[in-house]
Amino acid sequence: MTPPDDIGAGGRRPARAPGARRLTRHRLFWPATFLASLLLGNVAFTHDFFAVRVQNGHLYGSLIDILQFGAPLILVSLGMTLVIATRGIDLSVGSTVAIAGALACEHIATAKDPGSLPTVLSAITLAVGVAAAIGLLNGLLVARLYVQPIVATLVLMVAGRGVAQLITDGQIISVSSSAYKMIGGGYWLTLPFAVLLAAALVAVTSFVTRRTALGMLIESVGGNPVASRLVGVRAAGLLVMVYVVSAVCAAVAGLMISSNVSSADGNNAGLWIELDAILAVVIGGTALTGGRFSVGGTVLGALIIQTLSTTIYTLGVPPETTLVFKALVVMAVCLVQSPAFRARLSRRRRPAASAPAVGDAGVRQQEVHP
Amino acid sequence: MSTTLSSPTRPLQPFSVRHAARLPLMVTATLLIAMFLIGSLLYEGFFSGQVLLNVLIDNGFLLVVAIGMTFVILTGGIDLSVGSMVALSTMLTAWLVEQNGAPLALAAPLVLLVGAASGALMGWVIHTFEIQPFIVTLAGMFLARGLCYTISTDSISLTDPTTTRIAQTRVLLPGGLFISPAVVIAVIVLALAFVVLHHTRFGRTVYAIGGNEASARLMGLPVGRTKVAVYAVSGLCSALGGLLLTFYMLSGYALHAVGMELDAIAAVVIGGTLLTGGSGFVLGTALGVTVLGLIQTIISFQGTLSSWWTRIVIGGLLFVFILLQRLFGGSRPALRRVLGSGRTRPRRPGGEGVGALAERDC
Repeated sequence: MTPPDDIGAGGRRPARAPGARRLTRHRLFWPATFLASLLLGNVAFTHDFFAVRVQNGHLYGSLIDILQFGAPLILVSLGMTLVIATRGIDLSVGSTVAIAGALACEHIATAKDPGSLPTVLSAITLAVGVAAAIGLLNGLLVARLYVQPIVATLVLMVAGRGVAQLITDGQIISVSSSAYKMIGGGYWLTLPFAVLLAAALVAVTSFVTRRTALGMLIESVGGNPVASRLVGVRAAGLLVMVYVVSAVCAAVAGLMISSNVSSADGNNAGLWIELDAILAVVIGGTALTGGRFSVGGTVLGALIIQTLSTTIYTLGVPPETTLVFKALVVMAVCLVQSPAFRARLSRRRRPAASAPAVGDAGVRQQEVHP
Repeated sequence: MSTTLSSPTRPLQPFSVRHAARLPLMVTATLLIAMFLIGSLLYEGFFSGQVLLNVLIDNGFLLVVAIGMTFVILTGGIDLSVGSMVALSTMLTAWLVEQNGAPLALAAPLVLLVGAASGALMGWVIHTFEIQPFIVTLAGMFLARGLCYTISTDSISLTDPTTTRIAQTRVLLPGGLFISPAVVIAVIVLALAFVVLHHTRFGRTVYAIGGNEASARLMGLPVGRTKVAVYAVSGLCSALGGLLLTFYMLSGYALHAVGMELDAIAAVVIGGTLLTGGSGFVLGTALGVTVLGLIQTIISFQGTLSSWWTRIVIGGLLFVFILLQRLFGGSRPALRRVLGSGRTRPRRPGGEGVGALAERDC
């Protein structure tokens, strides 16, 4: 769990009212503020931005759109959060998204009865099963062969898209199956089914990681592998598990994406989603150095990215330039998270105070988050 | 120590592994010869010098980019921005030459300068703020690709006479063979990189940082300066690669070189450079690029295989070479406790292997 002294240099800031201070130092404060200001900024351009209306028994509105289009990213980021908490990284999720979509659509398109529930269920099982195998491969490479995570998952990042195109034979496979359409484009209880599915998976993950010891074990493996081994944590199983979870989350996201557009595109489905997911995780306050994670922060991070994209569309700026904004956000967030940057900043602000040297801040940060 | 938060620490490479570190290089060379022989046996017209030279002509820009990547990976870093930098360079060149009427002699140095400067900036951020190279260059990747689109979302084709003349120039070799000027430039860059890495103080510092950054710093080596320089070299190489690609494609486009960073990393790894840094050869990178090029050539000669097999084969090769590195790249690295980030356990005299194994399963 994150200790209260979360902000390294924050202890020496001028005292504010205790309530406000506790609020601003909450680890979700900055992501939440950023998301809120992005949303409020949108109102200036689109006055009915917050309007949600009911049409044909479904909820419609910009906010619902953000949730629906953000659902795959939330799922991929959810798996990525656990991987990053163990000091790893999973670059193969984009390829997994493509493979899962391709497998499911290929299965449904070649089935005798594409609309029937058993066909769709077996397609889902197939996609999720193959994704689990992908995660198992990544996990074994990392946990048993001690390959660096970035390298181990790079293999499938390179090969996976080729595999996805092999499955679809280089074509874009279209399916017409109302049952399959449900996953990414359907509605249930007036809400998009994708949002409910993502919410359910987020809820299960945060329950399992925060109400059992699992989350703490994951953080201990990421925070200090040597110490966690000495206290008897079996790291290998945990590592394999987080990579499997990450791949399965990516697979469900892949099903959502392909179901939403009723087609599978091995080349472009989930392209660069791994980078967006890493970005969402980092914005959410999970450090890339591992050892702590925040599922809530990740969800906020993913929503921020989706809102950013929506805002760009609303402003009429060419959508391709989203990348520039993303780059600026990544840099800003990373600088704020960097202890070295904070130390420099606080040194500049109060030269008289005995600001810690760059290295001290780094060590302290490690000690604070065991 | 102060480096605990910077890029992940790497396992120490013992000094006795010099020949072991060359094993992947040997494997790559053997693979290259085997691929060429098998290709020659299977396909008519494959066994000719021009086929090999065509591999270089089609991949000269990748070779230059991969050489820059070798510098970065040797220090234990990674540069994900190279593909986008290549695209930005093609875009900048085309924009300056075609839409602003700038002469190529002015545009080319400017593009190289932009590449080197943005590389140096990323290196500075990585070193000064101790942020992982992965995430900084990821931001650079987004930024460069986004800047391409701010120039133009469409492809800008080049019709400038100087540029087209250079693009169509062929350097004739004895025996009726020919290469493009890009190959000459790539080979010159390779020779320069070889001399710099193996025969200068800067090159030794690059290897020292990759071996162990903390030790390098304690030895008084200019770690910060070298790290910034290494990313500047990578930026410069990607800008040069972008210029070569501009000549090859005769256009600037924001979607050029998508995923080239993966090809460059794959070439470096297949060329026998450890991704953890500190061990590798720039000549191996040239072999790695040739292997990638030969895969494409064989697949195009085969005719029935689709282009996506290239990616699958490259991924498979990457997998094999990563396993090779793990199993033979150091003294029993697989037995050592190098969980995730590759952190080593304290070494004790004697009994490391068995002891480590026994303790690990406790």
